[in-house]
Amino acid sequence: MAIEVRIPTILRSYTGGEKAVQGSGATLTALLDDLDSRHSGLRGRLITDDGALHRFVNVYVNDEDVRFLGGLETQLSDGDNVTVLPAVAGGADPAEIARG
Amino acid sequence: MLEIPQSMVDTIVAHARRDHPDECCGIIAAKDGRPSRLFEMQNTERSPTGFEFDSAQWLSVHRDIDEADEDFHVVYHSHTMTEAYPSRTDIRWSLTTPFAHWLLVSTRSPDELEMRAYTISDGIVREEEVRVRAPEAGTSAP
Repeated sequence: MAIEVRIPTILRSYTGGEKAVQGSGATLTALLDDLDSRHSGLRGRLITDDGALHRFVNVYVNDEDVRFLGGLETQLSDGDNVTVLPAVAGGADPAEIARG
Repeated sequence: MLEIPQSMVDTIVAHARRDHPDECCGIIAAKDGRPSRLFEMQNTERSPTGFEFDSAQWLSVHRDIDEADEDFHVVYHSHTMTEAYPSRTDIRWSLTTPFAHWLLVSTRSPDELEMRAYTISDGIVREEEVRVRAPEAGTSAP
């Protein structure tokens, strides 16, 4: 089962510079396990030690954010495409505001 | 040094004022090192103390910039109660975001608007000069 996974610039050190790699798996978790077998370390950049999707990345299946699908248990089918992007966030820190 | 056309400065200021008291956020893409397009992004946090790009819009804009062979030049956002200086939250997020420059505006004063730019590399904040480029005569603003 072939699934194309698009990798953002910041993570291409794990894919030998490749913008997209192929993987397989019935769920997103299985796909990431499969990718990690060939691109060691990639999984750890996407999933926390607690097994949750990392706050610093967005993962999309067929352009849908998996946070609005089934998260890491999102089902995958042959021909699906997966995109990984760095999430972009920031803003004033409430604790800094409180200190004045 | 970060050079930005006057038209983009005006757009960012208007965006920051419009979204106040919540933070605003957006992107300036660049072509060959020169600002080419500005994207106002939806702040899904809708918060006075934080922003996050709407994930669906970010996917679409990211693809647009990537396919146009442009660079992820500037991420801008506003602070609504504090100075235009990167917070610890900003610095933490800078480690994983693809932008070369961080542009911050502060809307804490209704009369004066503070706009400052930084590079943040490996958590080290360096302020840089913002140079506003006047519109070129006889051309429309980008």
